[in-house]
Amino acid sequence: MKPAIDEIWGWLDQVPDPEIPVISVVDLGIVRDVQWVGDQLDVAVTPTYSGCPATRVIAMDIETALRDHGIANPRIRTRISPPWTTDWLSEKGRDRLREFGISPPRAAGGPDACPRCGSTDVEKISQFGSTPCKAHWRCRSCLEPFDYFKCI
Amino acid sequence: MAADPFFEFLCRMGDNTLVLGHRVSEWCGTAPVLEEDIALANTALDLIGQTQMWLGLAGEVEGKGRSADDLAMLRDAWDFRNVLLTEQPNGDFGQTMMRQFLFDAWHVAMLDALTRSTDPRVAEIAAKAVKEASYHVERSGDTVIGLGDGTDESHRRMQAALDLLWPYVGELFVPDSVDDAMAEAGIAPDLTDLRAAYDDHLAKVMATATLTIPDSAFAHKGGKSGFRHSEHLGHMLTEMQWLQRAYPGATW
Repeated sequence: MKPAIDEIWGWLDQVPDPEIPVISVVDLGIVRDVQWVGDQLDVAVTPTYSGCPATRVIAMDIETALRDHGIANPRIRTRISPPWTTDWLSEKGRDRLREFGISPPRAAGGPDACPRCGSTDVEKISQFGSTPCKAHWRCRSCLEPFDYFKCI
Repeated sequence: MAADPFFEFLCRMGDNTLVLGHRVSEWCGTAPVLEEDIALANTALDLIGQTQMWLGLAGEVEGKGRSADDLAMLRDAWDFRNVLLTEQPNGDFGQTMMRQFLFDAWHVAMLDALTRSTDPRVAEIAAKAVKEASYHVERSGDTVIGLGDGTDESHRRMQAALDLLWPYVGELFVPDSVDDAMAEAGIAPDLTDLRAAYDDHLAKVMATATLTIPDSAFAHKGGKSGFRHSEHLGHMLTEMQWLQRAYPGATW
């Protein structure tokens, strides 16, 4: 019997993002579609940034997780349209990012507060950070640097 | 026999991002400060990612079984279709950022127009890439302003970079038969239509940067047609393609 689609989404929600392991690939909003096509499971994955080196690892991690759950021959497809947006990050994912010390994306284009001390006195150090999806900020109150998840 | 203009066009898009992406990656580990090193590496990564999409589609359109990797690593200089601007050497950090801004300002406008392409595959790639390019131009524009309106030394270097690179801007906007065919098919915009907004954008940034745009419309050409690349491209490819040339088919 084929596992239900909802159950499979639950499995995928256990697959961590390789670079930000506190959130799952589902939280990140890159798993766009899961469906059975005949006896083959078809999963559509949207890359965050076109050159993100984690993309291939993510596809492999998803495939491994599905095989571990007994899915014999999953097909992982890359779907570039519509392009990924940080609007697709789940609420759970946003909360986890904040707890982890990464300020979640905001339409305003910058973090609302320092994820460590909560101060709103923050400044941008660089538009780019340790991964393609992050920028580098600093808190002027506690003086700690922190990552901000870029809003795109 | 004339090459398929659609294939040529896709190679131009992909070779621009490939060559500039490789150039920018040459800074990895040697940029003036850590933050800039990371920013340059991220920019390079975006450009190489976009290359995979453009050259992937080029290979598909060509229909001879060539992959994006085959096109990137196994063509020689005369088959490259990037504009001359992208292959110019990095120079100092300011020159690199000037080159980046001159390209980014065009790239964003071009990609934005391509999101309305009659070819859905082109429109999809452009929609993905324009988000990244918008982010690039924000940074490169800010950096040109910061260094142009900085110290006497940084101002001098930025003006020298603008004077040096300005003659390479024209090629981005002068259409040839490939561009005409693409515009006619609605696949790409008429390049001349992009010029006025580009000039406005540049005028604003350069004025804020206290830099003077050279009063010359002279344009070096020959990159996107492949007719005459500068000597720099061959040297760059020697390094970029070394692994596949020395160990054909190597994978990891």
